[in-house]
Amino acid sequence: MALTIGIARETYAGEKRVATVPEVVEKLIKLGFSVSVESGAGDGANFFDEAYTAAGAKIVGSAAEIWSGSDIVFRVRAPSPDEVAQMKEGTTLISFIWPAQNPELMQQLAARKVTVLAMDSLPRLLSRAQKMDALTSMAGITGYRAVIEAANQFGRFFNGQVTAAGKIPPAKVFVAGAGVAGLAALGTAVGLGAIVRANDTRPEVADQVKSMGAEFVKVDYEEEGSGGGGYAKVMSEGFQAAQREMYAQQAKDVDIIITTALIPGKPAPRLITADMVRSMKPGSVIIDLAAEQGGNCELTEPNKVVVKHGVTIVGYTDFPSRLAKQSSTLYATNLLRLTEELCKTKDGIIDVNMEDDAIRGLTVIKEGEVTWPPPPLKLPAPPAAKPAAAPQPEKKSSGHGHGAGAPMAGKTLAIVFGLGALLFLLIGSAAPPAFLGHFTVFVLACFVGYMVVWNVTPALHTPLMSVTNAISSIIAIGALVQIAPPLAEGVERPGFWIGLLAFVGLMLTAVNMFGGFAVTRRMLAMFRK
Amino acid sequence: MSASLATVSYIGATILFILSLGGLSNPETSRRGNVYGIVGMTIAVLATVFGPRVTMGGLPLIIGAMAIGGSVGLYAAKKVQMTQMPELVALMHSLVGFAACVVGFASYIDTSIVFTGAEKTIHEAEIYIGILIGAVTFSGSVIAFGKLSGKINGKPVLLPARHWINLAGLLIVIYFGHVFLNAETAGGGTFPLIVMTLISLAFGVHMVMAIGGADMPVVVSMLNSYSGWAAAATGFMLSNDLLIVTGALVGSSGAILSYIMCRAMNRNFVSVIAGGFGTGGGQVAKSDGAQPAGEVVPVSAVETAELLREAKNVIIIPGYGMAVAQAQHTVYEITKFLREKGVNVRFGIHPVAGRMPGHMNVLLAEAKVPYDIVMEMDEINDDFPATDVAMVIGANDIVNPAAQEDPNSPIAGMPVLEVWKAKTSIVMKRSMASGYAGVDNPLFYKDNNRMLFGDAKKMLDEVLVALHA
Repeated sequence: MALTIGIARETYAGEKRVATVPEVVEKLIKLGFSVSVESGAGDGANFFDEAYTAAGAKIVGSAAEIWSGSDIVFRVRAPSPDEVAQMKEGTTLISFIWPAQNPELMQQLAARKVTVLAMDSLPRLLSRAQKMDALTSMAGITGYRAVIEAANQFGRFFNGQVTAAGKIPPAKVFVAGAGVAGLAALGTAVGLGAIVRANDTRPEVADQVKSMGAEFVKVDYEEEGSGGGGYAKVMSEGFQAAQREMYAQQAKDVDIIITTALIPGKPAPRLITADMVRSMKPGSVIIDLAAEQGGNCELTEPNKVVVKHGVTIVGYTDFPSRLAKQSSTLYATNLLRLTEELCKTKDGIIDVNMEDDAIRGLTVIKEGEVTWPPPPLKLPAPPAAKPAAAPQPEKKSSGHGHGAGAPMAGKTLAIVFGLGALLFLLIGSAAPPAFLGHFTVFVLACFVGYMVVWNVTPALHTPLMSVTNAISSIIAIGALVQIAPPLAEGVERPGFWIGLLAFVGLMLTAVNMFGGFAVTRRMLAMFRK
Repeated sequence: MSASLATVSYIGATILFILSLGGLSNPETSRRGNVYGIVGMTIAVLATVFGPRVTMGGLPLIIGAMAIGGSVGLYAAKKVQMTQMPELVALMHSLVGFAACVVGFASYIDTSIVFTGAEKTIHEAEIYIGILIGAVTFSGSVIAFGKLSGKINGKPVLLPARHWINLAGLLIVIYFGHVFLNAETAGGGTFPLIVMTLISLAFGVHMVMAIGGADMPVVVSMLNSYSGWAAAATGFMLSNDLLIVTGALVGSSGAILSYIMCRAMNRNFVSVIAGGFGTGGGQVAKSDGAQPAGEVVPVSAVETAELLREAKNVIIIPGYGMAVAQAQHTVYEITKFLREKGVNVRFGIHPVAGRMPGHMNVLLAEAKVPYDIVMEMDEINDDFPATDVAMVIGANDIVNPAAQEDPNSPIAGMPVLEVWKAKTSIVMKRSMASGYAGVDNPLFYKDNNRMLFGDAKKMLDEVLVALHA
C-alpha cells in the first residue's frame, strides 16, 4: 500500500520555509506516494493551498492530523516535543535534527519508536549524496542573502561608476571563509560590481575563489588548514596571529565584511575583534553568518542588527528563511532526491537501506534505536592529499593554429643537426651533381611546406587534405612525359606497354585532379560566417 | 613550347601551389587558395603536354585519359556526402599511390633513356623507392577506405609477431633492392621489383589493418603524406623539379597533420602506426580497478530542451556519432533556434573528433553553421566553467575526464574537452558502451551529467520539437 507523506506547518518562530512545494508534490505522487499538506503550510513561502491541491495533494485542516496520520513526515526544522508526542510508531521523519546539539529531542524521538533521517547528517563527501545535500542548498542561499542584506545596510553603490555628478569608487567586500556560503557571497558581490577578496584556512579553495572572479588573500604563514571531510580545523597559535594581522589590515581597507567561518562542533572562531571594528570606516557593514554559533565578530548579537562604532553588524541566523520561496524549492528538491533513493521501486513504499552509505549516514534513529553517530565512512582521500593530482596537460599559448610547438632542448637540437650534417655528408660525397640539384629543390620544398602548413587553421584540415590530395595528382606529369616522348632515331622502347601504363596512370590521376579540386571547392563554399 | 618556357611555367605552377596551401590559413582566403591550385595544375599540365617531352602523337591518348578520369572524378565529387569525406579522401590517396607504381614500372621498362655509373644506380634506386612508397600508399589507402566505409571491421587486426613480420619484410625489400641495383641484364631486375611490390602491398595492408578506428585521422593524414612522398620520388626518377616540389609540399603537409593528430591524442606516432589502441600491455584491464563511482542520470528530450532553453551559454561538442547519425542539420536548427532566443551557442571541436582531421568542421559547415562560432579545443576549454549546458553529441573519449584524473588510464594525458566543468553536461549516446579506446568514461557518472540515450538524429529532432513547443 502506498504511504502518505505529510507536510506539517513550521512552528518555529519566524520560520517561513516549507518542506515541499507544489512542483515537487507532483513528482512525489508520480513515485507512488499520496501527499497531505497542512492548510497554510506554504503561506510563508508564497505557496498557497490551491497550488498544492492543483498538484494533487490533500489539504488537511490540523497539524495533529498530519503528525498522527502520516507514514512519512517532511519538515525543515526539528519538531517540538508536542509534535513528537503526536507521532505514531513506525513513522519516518525527514528533517534537520542536529543530533549533537539536541540530545533530548533524540531521546524523545527514539522513545516514539520512529525512524528519523537527519538532513544535516548526510555524508557530504559522497559525490552521489550531493543532490540531497540540503546544507549546501541552504548555505548557497545564505551567502547570496548575506550580500543582499549588506547592500541593504550599506549606504553606497557596490559597483564603481563615473557619473556626471562625479566618480564613485566600487565597494570593497571581504569574505572570511570560502565554503559554500562564502563562495555564493563572493559570486553575488562580484555580480553587483564590488571588488571582492576572500580568505580561507584551506589553501585548496584559492582556485575556487579566483574562479568566481574574486581575489584570494593569503595568510603569511605556512600551515595546512583542511580538517578532513572538506571542513576547516582549528589552527595553531602562530597561524592565528598572522591571520589576525591580515584581518586587521583588511578591516581598515574594506567597506563590507562577510564572515562565514565555522568549525564543526566548536564555537565559531573570533576573527573580527572590537578593535578591528573600531578601525573600520564609518558606515561599513559586517554580516556575521556564524552568529548562531557565537559569531566570528566579537560584537555580534545573534538575531539582531546593531550599530557599534559606526559599523552596522548584522547577526541574523535565519537567512534561508528570508528567501523562503527559493530555499523551500531547493529543500523540497533535496528531499525529493532522497525520497527517490529511498523508493527505488517507485511504488510508494520506502526502504531505509542501512547498507547504503548515504542513507546510513542520514539515519540517526532507526525504528526507535539511535544509530547516531554513524560508523566512519571509508572514503577516498580528499583530493588535496593526493601527492600529484592529475598532471595537467600543458596549455599551449599559441594564438592561432598550433604553432610549431616549444623550442627543442639544446641537446636534442645538437643531435638533430649532427645527424643532418652526417646525412648531407654522405649524400654529398656519393651523389652526382644532377641529383644534388634536385635534392636542393626537394629539401627547400619540404621546409616551405612545413612553414605554410603550420599556418593552416584546424577548421580547414579536411579541405587541406583534399586540396593536397588534388595537388598530389601532379604525378600526372610523370605519366604525361612517358606517354609519347620525342624519341631519338634508332632508339628502341616497348612503346605499347609504356603507353598502356601511362594511360592508366593518367586516367587515375585525372580522377584525383578533377575530383579533388571539385570536392574542395564544394567544401569551401560551405564555410560561411 | 621551348624547354625554358616549360621550366618557367613549372616555377609558376609551384608558386601557385604554395599560395594554394597558404590560402587555407583562413576560411576567407581558402576559396581563392583552391582556385590557385586549379590554375597551377592547369598550367603544369598544359606546359607538359605542349612542352618538349611530349609529342603531338600522344594527344588523343592524353585527352582520352583525362576525359575519362576527369568525368569520374567530377561525378564523385558532386555525389559524395560530407559524412563520407574521409572515405573519398582515402580512396583518392590510393589512386595517387597506384599511379606512382604505374609510372615507376613504365619508367623501368623504358629503355630509351640510358644512364651510366652513379646516375644509373640513383635512377634505379629512385624507381625502386618510388614504386615502394606508391605500393604502400595504394594498399594502405584501400584498406583505410574499407575501414572508413565500414566494409572492413574497424577493430585493429593484430597478427602475432607482427613487428617481426614487418622487419622480415623490410629485410627482404632491402635485399632485393640490392639485387635489383646490381642486375646485369636489362630484364634482370624485373623479378626483384615484382617481389618488392608484392611485399609493399602486403605491408600497406598489414599496417592499416592493425590500426583501430579512432586512430583513423592519423592514418588518413599519414597516407596523405605518403602520396606526396610518392610524387616526390617519381619526380626524382624523372628528373622533374615540379613533381619534387609538389610532392614535398604534400608530403610535409600530411606529416604535420599526422603530428598534430598524434599530439591531440597524446600518443607517439610510432605507437599509433605500430598497433591498435590499448594493446600495449593490458592497460585496459588495469584501469578496471578504478570503476567510476556514482550513477547515471538519464534525461528525456523534453528535459534536454528545457535545460537548453534556460541556459545562457551552451557549448556543443560533436563527435563521430553526429556524423554517423547525419544529425548536423538538426544540430544547426537547434543552434539557430537558441541563437535567435539570445543564447550564446558555440561549438567545441577536438582535433581528432571524427575520422579525419577537421571532419567535424566540414560537417558543421555543410549544415550552414557559421564558422566563427566553431571553436578549437584550446580556444574554448577555459570557457566551460562559465557554461550552463555542454551538449556532447556522439563523442566519448574526447570528453573523458579520466585522461586528466586517472594516471593509469590508457588515454591518460590526452588533451580533452573539459565538459564536466560546465554547470550541466548532457551526453547523447546510443548506449553506455565505451568508445574506441575501450575506456569507461567517468563523465557519465558525474553528478552534473545527464545522459540522453538514443540515435543522435532522432533525439535531436525530438529536442527541436520540444524547443518549439
